[in-house]
Amino acid sequence: MAGKTEKVAPVQKERKWTIRAVRRDIKMNWQIYLLAIPILAYFIVFNYIPMAGLAMAFQAYDMKKGFIGPGIDWVGFKWFAEFVSGPFFWRTFRNTFLISFYSLLFSFPMPIIFALMLNEVKNTYFKKTIQTMSYLPYFISMVVICGLIKDFCEVGGMLSTLVQSLGGYGGTAVSLLEKKELFRVIYVGSDIWQGIGFGSIIYLAALSSIDQELYEAAVIDGAGRWKQTWHITLPGIAPTIIIMLIMRMGSLFSVGFEKIILLYNDLTMEVADVISSYVYRVGIQVSARYDYSTAVGLFNSVINFALLIITNAISRKVSETSLF
Amino acid sequence: MVQRRTVGKTVFDIINYTVLAAIGIACILPMWHVLAASFSQPAKLLAARGTILWPLGNATAEGYRLVFNNTNIATGYGNTLIYVVCYTVIGLIGTLIAGYILSRPYFMFKNIIVFIVTFTMMFNGGMVPTFIVIRDLHMYDTRWAIILPGAISVFNIIIMRTSIQGIPNSLEESAKLDGAGNMTILFRIFVPLLKATIAVIILYLAVGMWNSWFQAMLYIRTTELRPLQLVLREILIRNDTTTIMQQGGMDNRQDIDQYQRLVQYCTTIVATLPILCIYPFVQRFFVTGVMIGSLKG
Repeated sequence: MAGKTEKVAPVQKERKWTIRAVRRDIKMNWQIYLLAIPILAYFIVFNYIPMAGLAMAFQAYDMKKGFIGPGIDWVGFKWFAEFVSGPFFWRTFRNTFLISFYSLLFSFPMPIIFALMLNEVKNTYFKKTIQTMSYLPYFISMVVICGLIKDFCEVGGMLSTLVQSLGGYGGTAVSLLEKKELFRVIYVGSDIWQGIGFGSIIYLAALSSIDQELYEAAVIDGAGRWKQTWHITLPGIAPTIIIMLIMRMGSLFSVGFEKIILLYNDLTMEVADVISSYVYRVGIQVSARYDYSTAVGLFNSVINFALLIITNAISRKVSETSLF
Repeated sequence: MVQRRTVGKTVFDIINYTVLAAIGIACILPMWHVLAASFSQPAKLLAARGTILWPLGNATAEGYRLVFNNTNIATGYGNTLIYVVCYTVIGLIGTLIAGYILSRPYFMFKNIIVFIVTFTMMFNGGMVPTFIVIRDLHMYDTRWAIILPGAISVFNIIIMRTSIQGIPNSLEESAKLDGAGNMTILFRIFVPLLKATIAVIILYLAVGMWNSWFQAMLYIRTTELRPLQLVLREILIRNDTTTIMQQGGMDNRQDIDQYQRLVQYCTTIVATLPILCIYPFVQRFFVTGVMIGSLKG
């Protein structure tokens, strides 16, 4: 993910953007242009028209009129004001931030630690076996994962019984998914479980590309295992970690709502409801308030976009590693 | 390189191996539990607490009989297969073409289209506007709503483009001298050289579609069009096993209560088994995918 500047072939001449030059290019490479049409059309239809649909956030949307064209009732920032001053704003904003933040804090470092531990294993067979085992959760569907979580958290389930035997809740059997204080723990914990193996691949790749001679030199200089890790291994994978961190920061305000809407219930709503699950509920599931929910979604996207730009800029200044 | 074995190193190794083994076991234990439970006697299963490591009582396949006789699961399986095949074919062809044109150094609009495509990764319309557009295209409650959106993904295009850029330009030039058109170059000359990348893309698309459910929840109303994951949601998340019980000839309340958990475990296995069987053999392709994808963010 060393996203530095793209290499430009030195022989390539600076082309002028005149109508004649474009015409000539079309004539010479008409097949390429023909192939580009369906691809462009695809992205326009499924990405850019929905982007134009964001205009709904500023309208009183009427299904008969559509979101572009004459006769639209523009309402400005009415929906944004309604969301920000409404009762769900603080709840969804706080939950989105907290769940993301805990994920960043706890599930981001896990694959790195796991990769570093695997890197110390000399027995290839053991290493391969553990890796294969650790990839398994990544391939299970979200519905099945949540089915498992539900089953394990019910009274008598794997996790509920474990908590009980450890003396949690006074040793009584409780359904863990009904406990407000546990929702985020369950969310982040299952995230770690699902991603620890697969997430480590990229770090293992970075680790294997570190020059082995550096270690040999370090041993000659008398550096022990910890010193080698600290002075060679970690700096070696630092660019990868930074890039992954930027990507994570950019999505600090986008919590995957799939797991949330599969797992939350009336008892945990207060701590589980995030902006995207709220958008789904208001926009599609319960009431079809397309305009209002579009505004809430846009509010969320703008925060995300800004975060991505800011973290990228900071990273470029500090470490000369950036995404774009 | 010879390293002295010290006490510290030995202790470290013991701890390291133990923790790694524990992580490995923790990753497969839940599915193992489900597998063991799915062959258990329903009465014992109902009373069981904690982790099940081996079928309780005499192993029985009664739960599987109920699951296999259920038309909803069969229909879901069939639909998922249709969706996986169509989505993968459309996605692969689209990704190949996009990767090809966006790696042609002489194509004037290359950088503009690259920008148009990658921008969608950072910013998009979001759930509700996309929903409205799909509905206005009359794709709501049709198979197209599952197959088309998302089939050509930016991430896959980047992987494909990076791989194609690794092919020397001279190959295309000499093919052009022989009079080959762009389609011939792409499908006759490049595709055989891109086998590994194509395998990666196929697996990303197929596994992604096999596991996806939200798209279907948004767009599919008709029962006959539901993919497997939506059926699973009903059975596993909403605890609705009515049709399975009815079609399996269970009508008394007590039996139904007793069999519910067993049926849920069996359904989980039936729905996950194909993936569990192939993933150890295809994981190396996913690793390759992560590597190629990581070369260029």
